[in-house]
Amino acid sequence: MDSKKDEIIISAQNVEFHYENDPEDKTPPKQVLKNVSLDIKRGQFTAVLGHNGSGKSTIAKHMNGILLPCGGKVYVDGIDTCDEDRIFDVRQRVGMVFQNPDNQLVATIVEEDVAFALENLGVPTDEMRERVDDALRSVGMYEYREHSPHQLSGGQKQRIAIAGIIAMRPDCIVLDEPTAMLDPKGRKEVLKTIRKLNHDFGITAVLITHYMEEAAQADRIVVMDNGEILMDDVPKNVFSNVELMKRIGLDVPQVTELMYLMGQSGLPSDTHIIDEEECADALFALLKN
Amino acid sequence: MLKDITIGQYFPGKSAVHKLDSRFKIMITGIFIGMLFSADGFIALGVGLVFLIMAFIISEIPFKLMLKSLKPIVPIIIFTSVLNIFFLDGAPLIKLGFIKITAEGLRTSAFMVIRIIALIMGSSLLTYTTSPITLTDAIERLLSPLKKVKLPVHELAMMMTIALRFIPTLIEETDKIISAQKARGADMESGSIFQRIKALTPILIPLFVSAFRRAEELAVAMECRCYQGGDGRTRLRQLKSDGKDYFALGLSIVFLNIVIALNCVLG
Ligand SMILES: Nc1ncnc2c1ncn2[C@@H]1O[C@H](COP(=O)(O)OP(=O)(O)OP(=O)(O)O)[C@@H](O)[C@H]1O
Ligand SMILES: [Mg+2]
Repeated sequence: MDSKKDEIIISAQNVEFHYENDPEDKTPPKQVLKNVSLDIKRGQFTAVLGHNGSGKSTIAKHMNGILLPCGGKVYVDGIDTCDEDRIFDVRQRVGMVFQNPDNQLVATIVEEDVAFALENLGVPTDEMRERVDDALRSVGMYEYREHSPHQLSGGQKQRIAIAGIIAMRPDCIVLDEPTAMLDPKGRKEVLKTIRKLNHDFGITAVLITHYMEEAAQADRIVVMDNGEILMDDVPKNVFSNVELMKRIGLDVPQVTELMYLMGQSGLPSDTHIIDEEECADALFALLKN
Repeated sequence: MLKDITIGQYFPGKSAVHKLDSRFKIMITGIFIGMLFSADGFIALGVGLVFLIMAFIISEIPFKLMLKSLKPIVPIIIFTSVLNIFFLDGAPLIKLGFIKITAEGLRTSAFMVIRIIALIMGSSLLTYTTSPITLTDAIERLLSPLKKVKLPVHELAMMMTIALRFIPTLIEETDKIISAQKARGADMESGSIFQRIKALTPILIPLFVSAFRRAEELAVAMECRCYQGGDGRTRLRQLKSDGKDYFALGLSIVFLNIVIALNCVLG
């Protein structure tokens, strides 16, 4: 198991990408990804940050062959995503969840939806039943298996979408702003589910998000700007670059911001602090002196 | 208001009707429709109704739900009955100016109305008691011989599934758009018919734009889940038929024969 830990599940190597223009439009197409190289380790929880249009969704769609690189290569578990014969092996290994839960549920009954991928893969019925039930339990939605998706809340729908991916037993799950359309409660539910899957089941997670508090919980943060990777480090180190983050239109967690402002006004502070607990301790130590 | 539409909705249950194989249920519904349309007189039609009521009682679907299924077709019912009452020739029962009501007209109109109501109730009973997935699955199986003549059976069934899945979503969205446009002062309830049709444009355009965006996203999501058409797919819920399905089918055929026999005897 430990030898597997350092294994690289997704490897993007010098990826270049641009979307095709309209045939009438003769201007050269805009380069969306510029020489992006990124390795995702098995079991890792990675967050991807970047302002609108920085290419987060585009790189995500390269991770399971929905988009193919114009230059460079993407390998999933050693398989080239450009290999047409093995595209379903790639998609079975790396699942994707999108922003709008309504637009990714196919079936009218929860458990049928969770089974959709398995039906496509031709999994035998008995095994399918077991995998569907397991997936629903792992996202805590087993009791809702016979409901229709439109009776569920946004957070619940998103968990069903996650279950639909988990049922494939993927190595990695890529989530493109899964919490963007949810209320705070739904956001919490979904994030808890992602962390549980990562922690308890060892599923590699790549989470694209606009919420710094969510990113702070990851093992690693990748910051994208204008089609390039600007930073790639543990959350503490990324967020300590408060000025750089602000310059590219991103925020830092509120506690880091507080530390930063304290530092600005000459107080002793540490911008590596990203969670409330640590911040409270630091403040307490400061007041005691 | 659009929320009242219950067509295509499924109400899970454990009754014998729910448990019937969907393929058989579709065939039985077809035979039931056959009863309604082959019936010449009230007695024959009554036999069809007995069959419907029987199925209805066994299904344990609340009566209120059945009434609800009729709500959207009330205008059609009124329209047919008015047409039949006033415009059928015969000896007038009542005469007011140029309006005359004939016994023939009353009878025909009652007959038509009962037939339409039974038709809608029968098909609603099918969708109420059958999960949409098994329903489309059954249609796919029943039509599968037509694959030989190049009919895209799987694709049609998939389209139906997705349509059923998105009907509630799109209805909700339409309601929202209507409220939004009304809040901006759109007037949809007055003016000539042409003005009203024109007033629909600001509703239909955003609806279409959003539907296309949804379709695009759904297509990507389906690709991510390894969708590759109908070949080699397995199903979560297998359709299985046994004795009770054949019994129910046989029973419906018996009823159809009674209706036809009554037509011959009484006609
Ligand atoms: N289907 C498309 N066709 C053409 N251009 C596109 C398409 N999708 C995205 N783009 C462009 O590619 C660039 C990167 O888009 P991308 O969706 O990857 O950004 P993002 O980081 O996910 O942004 P957001 O935070 O808004 O989701 C943008 O400039 C966008 O306009
Ligand atoms: Mg995006």
